[in-house]
Amino acid sequence: MSEKQLIRPYGDRKEDGVIQLSFVLPVPVSEKAKEAAAQVAKKLGLSHVLVASMDKAGDDYSFFVVYGRTHMQLDYGSIEVPVVEHRKHPFDELNDVIERDFGRKIVVVGACIGTDSHTTGIDAIMNMKGYAGDYGLERYRMFRAINLGSQVEPRALVHKAQEVQADAVLVSKVVTQRDAHKEDARALVEAAREAKIFEKTIWIFGGPRVDHKTALELGFDAGFGPGTKPSDVANYIYYRLLERQGRAPPPQPTAHGTPDATIQGATKP
Amino acid sequence: MVRARELAQQAARGVQAFIDRHSTVAIERTVLRLLGIGGAGARGAPLANLLVDKLRDAKVLHKGAAYWLGRALRASPGRDPLQAVERVAAHPEKLPPLTPAEDAELRETLRADARAAARELREKVEKRKELKRSLQLGSFPGAPWKYVIVATGNIHDDVEQARAAAQQGADVIAVIRSTAQSLLDYVPHGATTEGYGGTYATQENFRIMREALDEVSRKLGRYVHLTNYSSGLCMPEIAYMAAAERLDMLLNDAMYGILFRDINMQRTFCDQYFSRRICAFAEIIINTGEDNYITTADADEAAHTVIASQLVNETFAHLAGMPDELIGFGHSFEIDPAREDTLLREFAMAMMVRELFPRSPIKYMPPTKHKEGDIFFSHAYDVMADLVAITTRQGIQLLGMMTEAMHNPFLMDRYVALKSAAYVYRAARHLGDEIAFKPDGIVARRQREVFDKAVALLEEVAKDGMMAAIGKARFGDTARSETGGKGLDGVFERAPDYFNPFLEILESDRTPQGAPIGAPTKGEGRA
Repeated sequence: MSEKQLIRPYGDRKEDGVIQLSFVLPVPVSEKAKEAAAQVAKKLGLSHVLVASMDKAGDDYSFFVVYGRTHMQLDYGSIEVPVVEHRKHPFDELNDVIERDFGRKIVVVGACIGTDSHTTGIDAIMNMKGYAGDYGLERYRMFRAINLGSQVEPRALVHKAQEVQADAVLVSKVVTQRDAHKEDARALVEAAREAKIFEKTIWIFGGPRVDHKTALELGFDAGFGPGTKPSDVANYIYYRLLERQGRAPPPQPTAHGTPDATIQGATKP
Repeated sequence: MVRARELAQQAARGVQAFIDRHSTVAIERTVLRLLGIGGAGARGAPLANLLVDKLRDAKVLHKGAAYWLGRALRASPGRDPLQAVERVAAHPEKLPPLTPAEDAELRETLRADARAAARELREKVEKRKELKRSLQLGSFPGAPWKYVIVATGNIHDDVEQARAAAQQGADVIAVIRSTAQSLLDYVPHGATTEGYGGTYATQENFRIMREALDEVSRKLGRYVHLTNYSSGLCMPEIAYMAAAERLDMLLNDAMYGILFRDINMQRTFCDQYFSRRICAFAEIIINTGEDNYITTADADEAAHTVIASQLVNETFAHLAGMPDELIGFGHSFEIDPAREDTLLREFAMAMMVRELFPRSPIKYMPPTKHKEGDIFFSHAYDVMADLVAITTRQGIQLLGMMTEAMHNPFLMDRYVALKSAAYVYRAARHLGDEIAFKPDGIVARRQREVFDKAVALLEEVAKDGMMAAIGKARFGDTARSETGGKGLDGVFERAPDYFNPFLEILESDRTPQGAPIGAPTKGEGRA
């Protein structure tokens, strides 16, 4: 366990605890409304409350920008977030080590599940072109990447994974209103368990509101948030697959001038 | 330019020939709705669906639903239409044949009914136009209409939020539909209070919202427009309902459903035609969906697909009798903000679209693809789009999806967006009249590059034909086959004696070659 490290929000001076808030109250603009806004902040436990702005946001709505100070503090040292670091191989090298260690292509199936039609995320990872100059999985010689696109039912995704004997399944959810992403993810895990492919497959969850911790809680192997590059996912799958087969990562060639990246990943709880 | 338009027309021609030989279940349902079949049966299923399904199962739909409705009511006068059609559809072969005179009389009666219904529809359109004429439009002449969305799932909450947005300066309210409504092969019935990421488009919801906006428009002295989505599997039905409930605009694209919702292309091409015929009749401004191309593909690299698609959409709209003033061509401010000189490149694109379609109200969409969770940066980013919009005189501007992919815009997000846009429009009101870009600078070179690539793409599309070109993923990086996708089983070939009295009215100004291309200029849109 790490050392105690107490922190609180920092505005202008260290330890000042300053927080800025903005919110709407469903009442017309008035001095009384302004006082109500101050009371909201005070009830949240803030002191030194300053209602910096009150605007009429419609006849019956007031918009506020409020500052205040919090006196809470927390021990940063006590926070645990699962992260696993791997060496990150450049494009050609990753193909080579996959060939050396597995002697076959790694099969990955990807889809946007449920009613989601936002394929931006899955396309960025899967498509040939990739994202931000980083090639997608389709481009890798040693990956067989199958992108099912949008609005795929969890069950259909599981069937496809079964059919092609996928090593990994990549799921993207962009729409997260009312926790739609979690419901669909749970449905997928359930379908995979029923089909008895849950244990032997690597399950990866991605999307702008997805983090590794949530993915683990939902039963996935890993979660990838915004800014993830295809090479992060590709390297993760390679290492995870080795680990799944009970093989320690063999000595890896040095990455030729490529900085190692931190890839989030962890064992299933 | 002339060459580019010729190519687009060449590509669309084959498709139009296909459209003219076919109909769909959605088109037939629309005809029935016009003829008064607007209710719902047991468990909320729309009567129009029940009737059309019966006729399809009986394999007689190719003569047209209107014909069978006429036969059914003639065979069982006074009966309720569903029962009457059920009886006819059970044994259509046992129905005694009509003499030519009886057949002609039946059709004439239905034509008269359709004409009366169309007149009623037209009166509603006139009522809408009258209110609009009596009020101020937009912040000031030449300012883009400020367009915001509401999407609570509950039409009554939507009304609350729309009213607040209008009071803050919104000119257009879009009610976002419930996720995946585009894939429903029916339009839900009645007022709805439960939606998923949006609110169901229903005729009653349209009515409730338009009524609220009429009231707030009168109060503000400024007309607040209402828009919804004529896309998916019910394009023509939504267009009809929108006309009947006095909506001002509709999202409507000739190819969006095919590419982004995997709806069958034969189905979409037929449905878009009929829905656009209705929009032309009801003077509804359509918004095309080219912004979607550059949210899936890279916005800088795929800019030419936007131009090429706009020209295709223009051709299809003209073929459906739409004047330029009603065609709101879509595009968006989407180039990765991490790159340099994106503002110049966005200016280049926005100016080019403006100049290509001088009489059309261009629909400008905000950045979405590169939006992250930082609301502060998000507003700054959106303000850049505001600047380009006012400077290049875009017609309709969606003001930022500030919280894209996180949650629906909050009241305060909309408020800040409207306040900022009002500021930018005011501050840069005449900027566009004062500045000119260097004839051989970054902007001009970018425009030439994009336009040349668009023409090259159209050359390929014209050579392959539209359907084959989509099969080769020429648009939106997405390949679709002629017989793939949803809704193909709802497409059928018209019989030689196919009867559609609504289409006859809508096509009454059509020349033998189709609508005159590029010529019509009626309507209430703005240049």
